[in-house]
Amino acid sequence: MASNHYDNIRERTRNFCIVAHIDHGKSTLADRMIERTGLLTSREMQDQVLDNMELERERGITIKSQAVRLVYKAKDGVEYIFNLIDTPGHVDFNYEVSRSLAACDGAILVVDATQGIQAQTLANVYLALEHDLDVFPVINKIDLPSAMPEEVRHEIEDVIGIEAEDAPLISAKQGIGIEDVLEAVVEKIPAPEGNAEEPLKALIFDSLYDSYRGVIVFCRIRDGVIRKGMQVRMMATGAVVEVVEVGYFGPGQFIPCEELAAGQVGYFTASIKNIKDARVGDTVTEHTRPCAEPLPGYKRAQPMVYCGLYPADSAKYPDLRDALEKLQLNDASLFFEPETSLALGFGFRCGFLGLLHMEVILERLEREYDLDLISTAPGVVYKVYKTDGTMIELTNPSNLPDPAKIEHMEEPIVSAEIMVTTEFIGPIMQLCQERRGRYLDTEYIEATRAVLKYELPLNEIIYDFFDALKSRSRGYASFDYDLKGYETSELVKMDILVNKEPVDALSFIVHAAGAYERGRKMCEKLKEEIPRQLFDVPIQAAVGGRIIARETVRQLRKDVLAKCYGGDISRKKKLLEKQKEGKKRMQIVGNVEIPKEAFMNVLKLDAGN
Amino acid sequence: MIEFNRGGPVSLYLHFPFCERKCRYCDFLSGPAGEETREEYIDLLCREIELRAGETLVTDKGAEVVDTIFIGGGTPSLMTPAQAARVMDTIRCCYHVLTDAEISMEVNPGTVDPDKLRGFKAAGIGRLSVGMQSFDDSELRLLGRIHTAAQARETFFAAREAGFNNINLDLMSALPGQNIETWSHTLEVAVSLGPEHISAYSLIIEEGTPLAALLDAGKLPDLPSEEEDRRMYHFTKQFLASKGYRRYEISNYAKAGYECRHNCGYWTGHEYLGLGLGASSYLDGERFKNPDEMDEYRKAVMSTSDSNSLETMRRERQKLTQKDCMEEFMFLGLRMTDGVSEPEFERRFGVKLEDAFGSVLHRHLEQNVVCRTSDHRISLTEYGLDVANYVMADYLL
Repeated sequence: MASNHYDNIRERTRNFCIVAHIDHGKSTLADRMIERTGLLTSREMQDQVLDNMELERERGITIKSQAVRLVYKAKDGVEYIFNLIDTPGHVDFNYEVSRSLAACDGAILVVDATQGIQAQTLANVYLALEHDLDVFPVINKIDLPSAMPEEVRHEIEDVIGIEAEDAPLISAKQGIGIEDVLEAVVEKIPAPEGNAEEPLKALIFDSLYDSYRGVIVFCRIRDGVIRKGMQVRMMATGAVVEVVEVGYFGPGQFIPCEELAAGQVGYFTASIKNIKDARVGDTVTEHTRPCAEPLPGYKRAQPMVYCGLYPADSAKYPDLRDALEKLQLNDASLFFEPETSLALGFGFRCGFLGLLHMEVILERLEREYDLDLISTAPGVVYKVYKTDGTMIELTNPSNLPDPAKIEHMEEPIVSAEIMVTTEFIGPIMQLCQERRGRYLDTEYIEATRAVLKYELPLNEIIYDFFDALKSRSRGYASFDYDLKGYETSELVKMDILVNKEPVDALSFIVHAAGAYERGRKMCEKLKEEIPRQLFDVPIQAAVGGRIIARETVRQLRKDVLAKCYGGDISRKKKLLEKQKEGKKRMQIVGNVEIPKEAFMNVLKLDAGN
Repeated sequence: MIEFNRGGPVSLYLHFPFCERKCRYCDFLSGPAGEETREEYIDLLCREIELRAGETLVTDKGAEVVDTIFIGGGTPSLMTPAQAARVMDTIRCCYHVLTDAEISMEVNPGTVDPDKLRGFKAAGIGRLSVGMQSFDDSELRLLGRIHTAAQARETFFAAREAGFNNINLDLMSALPGQNIETWSHTLEVAVSLGPEHISAYSLIIEEGTPLAALLDAGKLPDLPSEEEDRRMYHFTKQFLASKGYRRYEISNYAKAGYECRHNCGYWTGHEYLGLGLGASSYLDGERFKNPDEMDEYRKAVMSTSDSNSLETMRRERQKLTQKDCMEEFMFLGLRMTDGVSEPEFERRFGVKLEDAFGSVLHRHLEQNVVCRTSDHRISLTEYGLDVANYVMADYLL
């Protein structure tokens, strides 16, 4: 086909995403754009088409990036092809945001007219600018009585430094101003560059596993053309496959087409069985006519948070493995490897991008795979430098080497930006102090709002930092963070001993200063959770063999049914059966029967500290 | 020593579901009713006795042999002597009641006088179980009993006068506000009367009873602590032993030869037929219950013309499997201080107790909640008795 055909399509194409702080209306705007371009009538449309995972819809968040192609006939009479690529809004998923951005040429920045700029607004804008995207703002929720569009307009110009003079004022919910947004996409977002005549060069920005078609590879074509039957090569892995199908993204479905050329966004399948063969960030090229250089890939996200996952019913171990494998097919950032716990049996050590990621995975395992799980305390990756000069990355506290062989330990530190109204600066600073934060700076955005800059140990924010932040600012503070690096820290391993036996599932790494308090609380809680046994059960918290806290579960003194009414043996048996059921859910640790829920409950409390 | 029954005589339990006023701790099937209702109930009960006798019980040798009868409630002593006689006569017509059969009736001291007691004796009742509960009037009020301590003593003497030479006193420990002093007073008075048998129960606060509500509302003194409760229990055992009463079951004490045969039957797998509203039975390897709604019970008894349709009266039927029987052998047998016999277990089930419950048994021996005697019996230790539920639950397979 003539190259002007490809150029014509390319010039009518706009590849973009929408970035926003959580709840500022990103998904709603996407829905309205889809609706307005006539792909779906509003009746056919399920709310928020792009968030097509059940869980996403329930939580109102976008976890996995999705894309959709829209055709818009603009006021200039030309039909434009919009490839709208959805991005997750949550800090845990910065990596996914990043890879989605790599497929775009521009971004719509949605700002809530009632809230103005928030921490994730800034984080996402900076990320977009880092990827050289052209960003234009829209101001949403102008229908709300508390909307302050003009103030927000100035804030965008002052704080972010991008032009906002003609930012569309919209209400995605009410469908106001959507036309203006569509026109602005045509005007403000550049057409993709690229040459269809060149050898194929395409970026893999996402993938999805389908049990019939194998891996569905999402890609942005930079140069050349990809079509059915072509032999393509993944430049990083070297895998060579034959393209079975190419197509683009309809709302909630894949629409096959003949070919995808430079500037376009779409997918291909090639009977790829393993998602690892189609790595996100890899460059796809034609096997027989390869491009000279691969695209700069982006680095793979490293799991930041680890925990042990165990089936409550140990017979379900293979089911848990199958479920994790299936989830991993679509989520390369999920890491897992088998581990064994004396207390909990066989399970897996799992790595996640962050705590939300962990929660999402846990919930999917329980909901979609019907598994009853016990998870151990989430922890971060520590670097343990040994006296022999070697270093290990510690993801499971149980594997900590003998303290005598440890030179020093390091923990991950993040740079955090907390945006807060000035009245809450005091409480928030106090919170950061409690979490071992190092204060860097306060930047005033306007008279009543400021950005607090802190360095915080990741360990201190993976539990409930978000919740604490919200509760101490009546919901107004917002937060974003970036991994800064590792720093030496005075860390100790705390063991919990039940009846003198360490319970491996309850061991954790803690900063020496907070050890006593944590140990005391763990012991208190465990005392409530462990039913009385036939003997006194000491519960102890120990650091390096030294007991720092102790509680005792007193011996069971009385459990007897004095009377058995009128030969009603069945009633008696029912009572014993209930008791027996209770015992079945117990795990025997050091001769002590501990209900499996106890582990969960103790760890939950621990998160609440 | 009592061994498991294998066929042979059966026991009868007769339920009388009426009382003058419900006690505050009671969650059992009973309630006040007028005289007419009570008379109608006796009619129904007698009819059921006749119908049941025609059931599978009758062997080709003639009427079924009955070795114990227990009339419980409710307050069966609310029956008139004439009603009691009618019930007993009906039983004697339909069953072969052994001459040395143990025939017990529960008596509330607030419902009897010397004449009435003589009447019960004449009707053929041989053993009385008197619900004294306490010899402290304030405790009796707290429990909602309808009698005083003095009345209770008078009832006892009147029963002796009437010729009852086998009397049980029911006593209750672990009452709100009770301590070892007030409890030992009750025990001392009880022993001074010289009954043949004493049942001493720890009060159980049943959900939904007025007593539970009063306790929740903080309107009663505190319940004794577990430690106090156990002190009372252990004192009871020692004190009664010193007075010649042996503890033969978790809550039962008797002078030699006066152990309640009827109750022991429950713990040893003896067959029994429950008659009356909501009564439980164990017959032919099956446990079942009568309807516990009066209308339903009446309908069942009145519409039944022959023994076959009595089948429809059986509720909550459960045919016991070998596994059920093994479990019951253990958790019922262990209620008795002599415990269970290993050779008897093997004889009944064709498998060694050791093989059926090996790991549990060894753990329990190690934990010192059960012990093994030289004559191959397994029984609960003193501590095992305190935590009997915990231990018994382990014998469910």
